Amino acid sequence: MDTKKILAFINKAKIIIIFLVMCIILSILAPSFLNGTNIINVIRQISIICIISMGSMLVIITGGIDLSPGSVAAVSGVAAALFGTRFDGPIWLVLLVGLLVGGACGLFNGIIVAKGKIPAFIVTLGMSEIARGVAYVISDGKPISGIPKGFRAIGRSSIAGVPVPIVIMVIILIVTYILTKKLIVGKHIFAVGGNQNAARVSGINVDRILILVYTYAGIMAGLGGLVLTARISTGHPNSASGYELDAIAATVIGGTSLSTGGIGSVTGTLIGALIIGVLNNGLDILGVSAYYQQIAKGLIIIITVLMDRKATS
Amino acid sequence: MSSEYILEMTEIKKHFPGVKALDGVNLKVKKGEVHALMGENGAGKSTLMKVLSGIYRPDGGTIRLKGEEMRILNPNDAIKKGLAMIHQELTPVPHMTIAENIFLGKEQRKGLFADDRKMVKDTQELLNSLGFSFDPRTRMEELSVSRMQIVEIAKAVSHNADIIIMDEPTSAITENEVQKLFHIIRDLTAKGVSVIYITHKMDEVFQIAKHVTVLRDGQYIDSKPIEAITPEELVNMLVGRQLNEIYPKERQQAGDPVLEVKGLTQKNVYKNVSFTARKGEILGVAGLVGAGRTEVFETIAGIRKATAGEIYLKGSKKQFSSPTEAIANKVVIATEDRKGSGLFQYLKIKENIMASSYQKFFPRSVINGRKINAICDEEMNKFRIKAPDGNQLVGNLSGGNQQKVVLSRVLLTDPDVVIFDEPTRGIDIGAKSEIYKLMSNLAREGKCVIMISSEMPEILGMSDRVMVMSEGKVTGVIENTNDVTQDMIFQMACGVKEKVVN
Repeated sequence: MDTKKILAFINKAKIIIIFLVMCIILSILAPSFLNGTNIINVIRQISIICIISMGSMLVIITGGIDLSPGSVAAVSGVAAALFGTRFDGPIWLVLLVGLLVGGACGLFNGIIVAKGKIPAFIVTLGMSEIARGVAYVISDGKPISGIPKGFRAIGRSSIAGVPVPIVIMVIILIVTYILTKKLIVGKHIFAVGGNQNAARVSGINVDRILILVYTYAGIMAGLGGLVLTARISTGHPNSASGYELDAIAATVIGGTSLSTGGIGSVTGTLIGALIIGVLNNGLDILGVSAYYQQIAKGLIIIITVLMDRKATS
Repeated sequence: MSSEYILEMTEIKKHFPGVKALDGVNLKVKKGEVHALMGENGAGKSTLMKVLSGIYRPDGGTIRLKGEEMRILNPNDAIKKGLAMIHQELTPVPHMTIAENIFLGKEQRKGLFADDRKMVKDTQELLNSLGFSFDPRTRMEELSVSRMQIVEIAKAVSHNADIIIMDEPTSAITENEVQKLFHIIRDLTAKGVSVIYITHKMDEVFQIAKHVTVLRDGQYIDSKPIEAITPEELVNMLVGRQLNEIYPKERQQAGDPVLEVKGLTQKNVYKNVSFTARKGEILGVAGLVGAGRTEVFETIAGIRKATAGEIYLKGSKKQFSSPTEAIANKVVIATEDRKGSGLFQYLKIKENIMASSYQKFFPRSVINGRKINAICDEEMNKFRIKAPDGNQLVGNLSGGNQQKVVLSRVLLTDPDVVIFDEPTRGIDIGAKSEIYKLMSNLAREGKCVIMISSEMPEILGMSDRVMVMSEGKVTGVIENTNDVTQDMIFQMACGVKEKVVN
């Protein structure tokens, strides 16, 4: 391997290197960081953001943005919690309600963006308000407790020692990976983001791709909301607020470009989420106050993207 | 009714706000022929082809394919009906590979999954069969413009269409590649495929076409077999008058050097560019798309930064870090991308005209509306901008009038060096000749005028001297004497020949 190839490799793997350096520094400063239970803990903490970010990432790849996942997660969680406490249906039906609510919100976003030709920023900002409002209305502004045990399990139990949220996250990562890398629709998503005009003249149904992507993002937000609701054992209309920005942060740290569509990867976004998770966890272990953690998170977002910029330009 | 024509477009009409882009145009193409579609910029060729490929819906007229009347609903429908198009503005998806681009919209699958391996293999075979050997896994963004164009050609061929529309397919490829393209075209027509070939280049038409249809200003002019027409007759059909009337340029004595550039380099974009531009001359800058011409002059105008080299303005060394600084030093550029960086589409004419000169007219930063109206009226008169008044939105004007607004804004800064990048792109012939007159006047007034243009006749008709660039380097600077031909410049633009006289 000549130096040029090595440099290209470093450039490509830059984000992984940043992540590893962070881990090494933290493990020196706080030996308990590398502890097995702590690692599981970190991954469980990022699982919800990671699930949501898979949707956000696809949206950003098409050149759009989704500001609604936090509220959509809340309304999906509340809706499922209500359904679960009021009706004695099977658990899969309860979960399906949550996913359908999320999917419907995303479908609405997608249709308005694609057919109404309104900027995604506006549409999803509007949806964010609507979904949050609906969450308050249907819950009457109060947390919904007493959700069924089976529902709680997706946030609190483990399969072979692995917490269920992590299992769900891994499944979603694999599904999204296949979607982006192996299926034709994935190629069309990248094409729409890379050059919408080219996609259209090549005979790709651009509107359909956009609607699909926003719907997927809605379902992911719904799923994130379900896991969160199960985890805190209550359907809380105020929950998941600001999650959309964490999901966007993970995506952007992971190398998805906000300015030009058509770039992004599942592994990058996963590492983006891990960087945020490790940072929070590490600072926790070191006893840094939550206020400072927020400042650190902001700096990390700007610094990683700045480094990315520098290297590619 | 069975017809000898595979395609008959009759009385096609298409209007845009303020412009009749197509006004009853006919086009009849036989099976297996190369049919040249010619016309000046703005004649309506591209619009007609966008109607045919389903991008625009016509406002009137009929389209018959193989004798059957039909509507073409969208690009996908066009492809299904056997119409493939190579677009003039290249349409690659930059971050995707050659193979992914070629199979975009018709990916091969293995069960549920995209079959990448087969697509790469088929792309390789396709490229090989066309006589090219690129790696199908290369990303489009890594290709030169000329190679991108070849990929676009391969993409159109891969659709197995009955009719392939080629909109200026040779605008960015080398002479050698043009000959390969002609081989491909002859193979295709031998198999019964019809090719609609849009070009400005006379020699190509007489080399490859069987039949030619001419449009002018959105009107159908005539259609003739190629044997029945001479190049001179064809030119007259194209422009509708004798050629020399269009270019009002009078040669004159150039003055002192105003702009001197030495060894200007921007890494990976252009390299070691040196030239001098003088007072009272028009320096034409020729070259293919992607030769780095725009980039060089955007650097001089403070839009980009050079990595090496020096710029002298009237003998003193300058390096503008922004267009603001350049304009303050009387260097200004009218960019090639009128919509993207030349105009404020949603602002009024007067606001556009004033945009670069507020500081000059109102040094105390307080604006006087009456004065603006007066300036604007004067400018609209001077440039013959056709609009009721200065309160019209620029976005509603025709291309020619928009361009005049750009030039008015640029010239209101009272520059010494004016750079026009593709000043007549996409505008009709009337507005064109007015812009030529304007440039000629500027030179007579002693300005240093630089005109970047991809249209050879314009370069030859307007320049005092011609600078040619190829792949980021200056390959020629020549006096524009009567014995300079399109061919000479073209060879330098392809990097085949070099000649520097200074």
